[in-house]
Amino acid sequence: MHKTWESFKAGVWQSDINVEDFISLNFTVYTGDDHFLAPISSNTKAVWERCEVLLKEEQRLGVLDIEMDAVSGVNNFKPGYILKEKESIVGLQTDAPLKRIINPYGGIKLASKIVEGYGRKMKPEFETFFNDYSKTHNQGVFDAYTPEMKKARHTGLLTGLPDAYGRGRIIGDYRRVALYGIDHLIESKKLDLSFITEINDVTIQLREEVSDQIRALKDMKKMALSYGFDISLPASTAQEAVQWLYFAYLAAVKENNGAAMSLGRTSSFLDIYIERDLESGLITEEQAQDLIDQFIIKLRLVRHLRSPEYDELFAGDPTWVTESIGGVAFDGRPLVTKNSFRYLHSLTNLGPAPEPNMTILWSEKLPESFKQYCAKMSIETGAIQYENDDLMSPLYRNDYAIACCVSAMEVGKQIQYFGARTNLAKALLYAINGGYDEIYNEKIIDEIPVINDEILDYEKVMELYILTLKKVSVLYVDTMNIIHYMHDKYAYEKSMFALHDTHVTRLMAFGAAGLSVVADSLSAIKYAKVKPIRNEFGIATDFEIVGDFPKFGNDDDRVDDIAVELVTMFSGMLKEHPLHREAVHTLSILTITSNVVYGLKTGTTPDGRKKGEPFAPGANPMHGRDKSGALASLNSVAKIPYGDICQDGVSNTFSILPETLGKTQKEQVINTVSILEGYFAQKAHHLNVNVYSRDVLEKAMAHPELYPNLTIRVSGYAVHFHRLTRAQQLEVLNRTFHESI
Amino acid sequence: MSQSNLGYISKIEPFGTFDGPGIRSIIFLSGCPLRCVYCHNPETWQAHIGNRYTAVELTEMALKNKPYYGSNGGVTFSGGEPLNQPEFLLECLKSLKAVGIHTALDTSGYSLSPLLPEILEYTDLIIYDLKAADGALYEKITSRKMDVTERFLDLAQKQGTPLWIRQVLVPHLNDNQVNLLVTAQRIAKLKNVEKIEILPYHTLGKSKYETLEYDYPLGNTPAMSMSEGQKWQDQFIDLISRIKSTE
Repeated sequence: MHKTWESFKAGVWQSDINVEDFISLNFTVYTGDDHFLAPISSNTKAVWERCEVLLKEEQRLGVLDIEMDAVSGVNNFKPGYILKEKESIVGLQTDAPLKRIINPYGGIKLASKIVEGYGRKMKPEFETFFNDYSKTHNQGVFDAYTPEMKKARHTGLLTGLPDAYGRGRIIGDYRRVALYGIDHLIESKKLDLSFITEINDVTIQLREEVSDQIRALKDMKKMALSYGFDISLPASTAQEAVQWLYFAYLAAVKENNGAAMSLGRTSSFLDIYIERDLESGLITEEQAQDLIDQFIIKLRLVRHLRSPEYDELFAGDPTWVTESIGGVAFDGRPLVTKNSFRYLHSLTNLGPAPEPNMTILWSEKLPESFKQYCAKMSIETGAIQYENDDLMSPLYRNDYAIACCVSAMEVGKQIQYFGARTNLAKALLYAINGGYDEIYNEKIIDEIPVINDEILDYEKVMELYILTLKKVSVLYVDTMNIIHYMHDKYAYEKSMFALHDTHVTRLMAFGAAGLSVVADSLSAIKYAKVKPIRNEFGIATDFEIVGDFPKFGNDDDRVDDIAVELVTMFSGMLKEHPLHREAVHTLSILTITSNVVYGLKTGTTPDGRKKGEPFAPGANPMHGRDKSGALASLNSVAKIPYGDICQDGVSNTFSILPETLGKTQKEQVINTVSILEGYFAQKAHHLNVNVYSRDVLEKAMAHPELYPNLTIRVSGYAVHFHRLTRAQQLEVLNRTFHESI
Repeated sequence: MSQSNLGYISKIEPFGTFDGPGIRSIIFLSGCPLRCVYCHNPETWQAHIGNRYTAVELTEMALKNKPYYGSNGGVTFSGGEPLNQPEFLLECLKSLKAVGIHTALDTSGYSLSPLLPEILEYTDLIIYDLKAADGALYEKITSRKMDVTERFLDLAQKQGTPLWIRQVLVPHLNDNQVNLLVTAQRIAKLKNVEKIEILPYHTLGKSKYETLEYDYPLGNTPAMSMSEGQKWQDQFIDLISRIKSTE
């Protein structure tokens, strides 16, 4: 047994690779408040100030720098530092902070194009190598795509497909490196390999992959050595545990540029090491916070080189270094430790930031003090999202984490094949237009009968919509199977899979965009009179709506039920088709910021939304239509079913003014907790909580479409800010300015 | 449950955090016997306007929001003057209490209804709008006599209902030391006071008067800033505790 394990409680984690068991036996629940937290250390401060200068410069340039002499890989870059002597946790993707990596494995053409976009030229030998001697994921996919798939991609029926960039949404169990050390992990993988003896297509592929994984583990060790650390053996101190874990993550982001490169569930794991060192007097609370703050700084600096199209879909250069915090174990103990607080406290010490993507696994059983601390941090920083642990833990067990935004998976045991999303609103227009695209006037889906009715008939439209969605789901599943076949083949994430069990469960996460647009459109057809206005090709380019109809977001079952039926039906249709490597189907209602692009590519819809206008994000009601207030809006979204149906997540973005939450900060905190409790008690899945401050009001005046839910109080009541007249808005602004002087 | 009463509701705010503790749904009942000079809801004065609801309908709405009320939130009846529809109000309060929802009454206490004792029995909190503690000033602000509301307050004291006291402060009308002293002395005598709030006068109601073609009683009186209001609130709280400690 390793010497450093002696002071830990023994368990099966010592004979098997089982981090969950280690945590369960050794963590210390913390039910107190935030008083113990330490301020920023002088070293952290110096390091972060240097970063802030660089970040500002990056913002000005778009991309600070690109490494032109190497391509992605764990050991293709020299060690890099920010301020070497002040860094308690070291390691950068390249030899300098914010210098980005070219990753040609997704697609050489795109990589060259991006580099050129930033005024640089790809080294000719790289072009030659990847064009003439090797092949990339993107080439593989396009070799296999059918003409129908290319068309669906072109019109935006299927969008954001990971066919030219890294799929992401795979979380390496980076904790394994800290707990076991690399050598132990290599031995374990070698043993697994020795058991794969029967030879067939499946096992040939797996044997090759495990061999790759072993190589990746060796690469990790070599990379850490270049920074002066030997990670062969388990970490023996808190500092080493954070550092070992970070090296493992760093290897992943040196090798891959996945859309979402999430961290997992690390805070309470690391707390075990920190508690041990605090108890033995090896470190102080200040030093513990310094370790976490410096680790968080590193996570904030992670960058990928991405295309303008990607940026258009997902604004703001996100990396989704998602960290899942909290949740409750099966025995009822909350998995909340002092380190859960330290992670969130980095938002105070370093200031608010979108990364890492702090995700609270909310349960009614979380300690009250932790709930209130989370709410307080939401109000102060707006940086936190919440997901329903009471809903997820029965499905994903004790030790799961969120990848990207809402995708749950068991850490080290499940991976996800990211499936981007299909445009449900466009599919509805195809049903109305005989399979023709309303923007390109091209036939995309075959054998859809044409409707010539003066007024759209609900039953008839539904019948054709079901027919259309059935065809779309076949196309969608086939497309995903091709993409992930090729991704496994040409851009296999060996360093991340090395930190998984050899036999993983694969989830394939399909996605749907435009849910509220479709629900409202079908409701309009059912409850009002909708008359299509057709162009010279007979394609409906506009709709005349006579009469009112129930709209999603008002807690009105007449339309909410349509949304529920729709996702249930679509999920069922997808499940009829088997997946690459026996993956399990899941579905998300999530768009992130791509709702804008989806809208741009979609013609006028029967709900009155005009051509090009954005969809609502995720499962949100369409902006301005949830007129019955915030709670009714939350209640509608809460009805979208999670388990078995939208089991990859149902995303809701909720924005509110701090003043609306109450007068004092204490009231605001308690009321935020009440909102979360109320929402999640109804089996809702996810909530982004935005608490906007005053300067946002001005921005909201200039761009109301970006602030659909901004709620403010005027006199004795609350209103959506965009519903006020300009004069009213100005008056509110003036008043609040007075107040702040 | 009797469904005989239909209430006139001028507005429902499903999500409020100001009129009582926690997250609350605020139901604004139509009709008010007072004509306060600073009233910002003149559209609620008339008794028979707005939408009609039964107590059952309002309870159903509250039940939909109940998960968000948490441990301290609930439903607040405001107005207008909620006591202006006493039978309906009582029915609502009973119906809400029957499903375990916290109830609050945002009132000026201007009512002579014989149902008041029973209404207070089903009221968990009174948010009492103390227009003025001095009779002459009360009349100047509300155009009514003060004795009616004093009787309400006595009854509430007798029944032991918890109180939040509110007062609107208007520049040049009642933002002075005399009002401060008289009001503080009055509040100091009350039991069960859980909170004291000063609401600074604002002018957002002005445009409503124009729409309704009413004269605006306060003309060009300027609004009071939030920070000025906060200063006064601190003074009120401080003075009340000093009066109490010398008793």
